[in-house]
Amino acid sequence: MTQAGTTGTAGQPRTLQEPETMTMVQALNVGLRAAMGADPAVMILGEDVGRLGGVFRVTDGLQAEFGEDRVLDTPLSESGIVGTAIGLAMRGYRPVCEIQFDGFVFPAFNQLVSQLAKLRYRSAGALSLPVTVRIPFGGGIGAVEHHSESPEAYFAHTAGLRVVACSNPQDAYVMVQQSIAGDDPIIFLEPKRRYWERAPVDRAAAPDALHAARVARAGTDVTVVAYGPMVRTCLDAAAVAEGEGVSLAVIDLRTLSPLDLQPVLDSVRSTGRLVVVHEAPSNCSLSAEIAAQVTEEAFFSLAAPVLRVTGYDIPYPPSRFEAAYLPDLDRILDAVDRSRAY
Amino acid sequence: MPASPVSRVAATGDLRIVGQAGSEALVQLLTPEGERVDHPDYVVDAPAERLQSLYRDMVLARRVDEEGTALQRQGQLGLWASLRGQEAAQVGSARALMADDMAFPTYREHAVVLCRGVDAVQIMAIFRGLTHGGWDPHRFGLAPYSIVIGSQALHAVGYALGVQRDAARSRGPARPAGQTTGSPVAVAYFGDGAASQGEVNEAFVWAGVYNAPVVFFCQNNQWAISQPAERQTRVPLYRRADGFGFPGVRVDGNDVLAVLAVTLSALQRARDGGGPTLIEAFTYRIGAHTTADDATRYRSLAEVETWKLKDPLERVKAFLHRKQLADPAFFEQLAAESDALAARLRRKCLGMADPPALAMFDHVYAGEHPPLRRQRAHLAAYLDSSPDPGEVPR
Repeated sequence: MTQAGTTGTAGQPRTLQEPETMTMVQALNVGLRAAMGADPAVMILGEDVGRLGGVFRVTDGLQAEFGEDRVLDTPLSESGIVGTAIGLAMRGYRPVCEIQFDGFVFPAFNQLVSQLAKLRYRSAGALSLPVTVRIPFGGGIGAVEHHSESPEAYFAHTAGLRVVACSNPQDAYVMVQQSIAGDDPIIFLEPKRRYWERAPVDRAAAPDALHAARVARAGTDVTVVAYGPMVRTCLDAAAVAEGEGVSLAVIDLRTLSPLDLQPVLDSVRSTGRLVVVHEAPSNCSLSAEIAAQVTEEAFFSLAAPVLRVTGYDIPYPPSRFEAAYLPDLDRILDAVDRSRAY
Repeated sequence: MPASPVSRVAATGDLRIVGQAGSEALVQLLTPEGERVDHPDYVVDAPAERLQSLYRDMVLARRVDEEGTALQRQGQLGLWASLRGQEAAQVGSARALMADDMAFPTYREHAVVLCRGVDAVQIMAIFRGLTHGGWDPHRFGLAPYSIVIGSQALHAVGYALGVQRDAARSRGPARPAGQTTGSPVAVAYFGDGAASQGEVNEAFVWAGVYNAPVVFFCQNNQWAISQPAERQTRVPLYRRADGFGFPGVRVDGNDVLAVLAVTLSALQRARDGGGPTLIEAFTYRIGAHTTADDATRYRSLAEVETWKLKDPLERVKAFLHRKQLADPAFFEQLAAESDALAARLRRKCLGMADPPALAMFDHVYAGEHPPLRRQRAHLAAYLDSSPDPGEVPR
């Protein structure tokens, strides 16, 4: 197979350049361009990713730069996108699939869960499947049905897959390259409601490890854990809480499979209180796993039960319900209050 | 890994194939009675050695299959999926492949596995529960068995898309040993039941629109467990290809010579940039779906007997006899070889030890995975501390 595991920022020459302010869409685009430039085995497959540049323009200009052989406007066929990516990977390629919206991933479920995730295991390590599956996920954009879902738990539950979620342009730029460079199949979740938020991206900065959580804000009273779109919301909540004299630690999980709970455990051992936040429904969710593991590992440090602020256990509702459905600043602060009052 | 008992015969060179896929009628070159017949599109001049070799492949494949069934009945295998009746379809198609072609089989393609040079013991290891795979796909040009029906068709198309792109930039995996071509083809094996799966139809779409170098080899064995082919399709399966924009051909799947000729033609078409072909090998599953199935619940013995008269081995044997293309010694030697293979297979199968428990954590990921490492360590510690390890191999 190809020896392409050295792409990404780590392998690039460091140049002194000022951080640029860009949107997450731009950061992803720059990251994808870098990955394609670094390794000719990298391909992009998806619906409308070429001529249109993707419905969110994440792949804008890549087909013009790298050609139709490397950036494929595919048939409208999600199972086909992932299934052919598997075959391409078997032939030595490093495909990056775009699933247009979260709710469209399910036609590819067999290929993701029974094929992509399991072929290395099935072949006793003889097959390597370095396939990245990018999925814009989450709500908050007033969309129609199937365009606002958070399917991460399905994939985190599936052995053989890795799952990460970026929360800001810097991570988006770095993590997408790291994901592509890795030799395992990976679900790369992009918080679409944060696509257009701007932040500095330092291409020369030393990258964090891909599968490492990060303390996004230090704090001493309550630990708040989130990933993807909810990190920004939690940071906003922490700023408000600070004004009220409450210090929130905010941890950006970044990696959902494997989980990196060490920063969470370290923080909880200090605060004694944990609130987990995500948009996905709570039943059998990431927050359920985190609550269980923290209870196993830090039981005597907990001063209150682990509380969860999540979507409800209903299908994603019509957009006029979104304000009530989605965790927001007030619901997070309410949970903080309940934890502190316990 | 020991060499396969089935020889690897050059796929081309001694056969002259003229013509294209797309014929309307069933392609047949050797009747069930062992009579050679001509076909306008597939003019074949097969020397005695080639026919003997194909016959030998089928005899040995059938013997492996019989051993599989026997070993399951004796509790040595958890399950067996018999290929009986489909030897010609599998041997004829697999012998058309070059070493660097890539086949994507289902769980019934044992003869394909043997023709690709894999030791039959590896198949037993799957059904004995030691492994999900059993061979190195790159070394043998053979993907793992696919059990979820139809999934592998898309993998074949993706592989073919990769081959298309290799040409532009001289890449791709290291070439396996053996006779190769600069332009490999992917072959998707599937059955009549799989033809109803969305993924197979998606594979047709993709192969068509990208003109991918892939051959879809459908063994229509008439039964998807209990359901006849009529439950899967209103038109003959090969005719579906027309709707996807590439040729389809129906071949007598019990005629190894015709299958070989039709597959060689389709492969050459793909190598030449002509794109995909759908081959429907019209055959019959003589056995039950698997050893867990009871076929008497859904089909008549009379039907089975009718198909036994079209046996893929008997017609070649009759032809070899009639034309004096093989002497009695050939058949005697083959019988002895078959017996030796069966004995060796049985001995090897019974000698396969269960893997150590901790090996189940291997090969889930290429890279580091701390939670898995912790679970593995936990089980190791538990097994070490357990006074009674019970049935768990260490």
